Amino acid sequence: MLLITCPWCGPRDESEFSYGGEADIVRPPAPEAIDDAAWADYVFMRTNTRGLHREQWVHAHGCRRWFKAERDTVTYDIRATWPMNEEAP
Amino acid sequence: MQSYSIFSLARHALSGHKNWRPAWRAATPRRRYKVIIVGGGGHGLATAYYLAKVHGITDVAVLEKGWIGGGNTGRNTTIMRSNYLWDGSAALYEKSLKLWEGLSQDINYNVMYSQRGVLNLGHNLQDMRDIRRRVNANRLNGIDGEVLDTAGVKQRVPFINTSADARYPVLGASWQPRAGIARHDAVAWGYARAADDLGVDIIENCEVTGVRREHGRVVGVDTTHGEIGADRVGVVVAGHAGVLADMAGFRLPLESHPLQALVSEPLKPMLDTVVMSNAVHVYVSQSDKGELVIGAGIDAYNGYGNRGSFQTMEHFLTALIELYPIFSRLRMLRHWGGIVDTSPDASPIIGKTPVDGLYFNVGWGTGGFKATPGSGWVFAHTLATGEPHSINAPFSLERFHSGALVDEHGAAAVAH
Repeated sequence: MLLITCPWCGPRDESEFSYGGEADIVRPPAPEAIDDAAWADYVFMRTNTRGLHREQWVHAHGCRRWFKAERDTVTYDIRATWPMNEEAP
Repeated sequence: MQSYSIFSLARHALSGHKNWRPAWRAATPRRRYKVIIVGGGGHGLATAYYLAKVHGITDVAVLEKGWIGGGNTGRNTTIMRSNYLWDGSAALYEKSLKLWEGLSQDINYNVMYSQRGVLNLGHNLQDMRDIRRRVNANRLNGIDGEVLDTAGVKQRVPFINTSADARYPVLGASWQPRAGIARHDAVAWGYARAADDLGVDIIENCEVTGVRREHGRVVGVDTTHGEIGADRVGVVVAGHAGVLADMAGFRLPLESHPLQALVSEPLKPMLDTVVMSNAVHVYVSQSDKGELVIGAGIDAYNGYGNRGSFQTMEHFLTALIELYPIFSRLRMLRHWGGIVDTSPDASPIIGKTPVDGLYFNVGWGTGGFKATPGSGWVFAHTLATGEPHSINAPFSLERFHSGALVDEHGAAAVAH
């Protein structure tokens, strides 16, 4: 089980959290101006990184706040966690 | 090819079984092939076999980074069925089931296909409505299926907990009699042997490290054994499809997750069918050795770690004990994880890519083993003709642009 450090509550068991997928995906500012391929890229395509992966988690059974994390998808080591509106440490 | 039969067994017994030949050659890669298949799992080997047998293309190499059948082909719970809701999926998985039915004879290798049927349990009113709809859809597509009530389930699996106050009461199930299980290793070895016999080169311990392109067209691959040229390249990998797509310069709508399963100590024969429950996400069957083979859902997070997490294990074992109190003192022998590529609509991607001459057959998620023969059959057609067969046409990468998804995840109410 992962030990995940919530930026507000500190280190807690993985079972308190829910996974929110890849981080830093930005909705195209003008969806009507882009073609289907660009929209599909936003909706469906993922980096699926093997190695250090930036992702979102929510402390569902805790403070219920979202945050970002950088985690190695091979070793599962978590390098850092930080609030959504801040830059990565 | 040395034919396997009762007579060959008796003949070799006389010489102390010392003269069996290896089932396939240890081929050294040539500089160039007509078709290269990346990935020596069941799907890749089936593709090579049907390319040679159905389309007469034998100038084929299968490149495998590890050993044959060492990936997800050997890391599943071997369940096969074709009771999918949508016409597209039903056609693909039913093609596969029909090929399973004659496979041992076709490749002269006993894959121990046992048509013992599959129950998909329903635990609430909506489950039962979904089951009725799916069974009706199956029968319209010519696929066998019945809806059972609680008594019907109890009759087939007497020790299942059907009490009304169970946490997940068993209200009924769908029943597909032609579904079953097979021996996964034999599938890989049998296809490898049959493809090798038709002239296909099977090259193990040969990892692809790059995809060579010229003017938007594939011209070969870089490997740990050097550069190998090809007119067409078919990528049939699980877990690392995104890594291969990255080499070829495009993105896929796939995410890799760990999927785990475990095997119990051997028991006397007690379960002669396969029971799946999507609501609690546990599925179980009994192998010929007597072990219970128990599978689960994926871990939620992306991972390439080849191991599952403990809370997922706890989740599906809790469900197992609740459904089958008789298993509560069972000890587990082995546990393993594999990496599955899941797609947004829980359906695979089989067809063309943005690179000419490069074809992908990936994204089978958690349900690829059952599709092994059909997947190979349609992908062989795609590689031979350059165009998808009508069966795999709905499973193009393009569907994520057009929106014509084959959304089995939401609709089928079956595990994947």
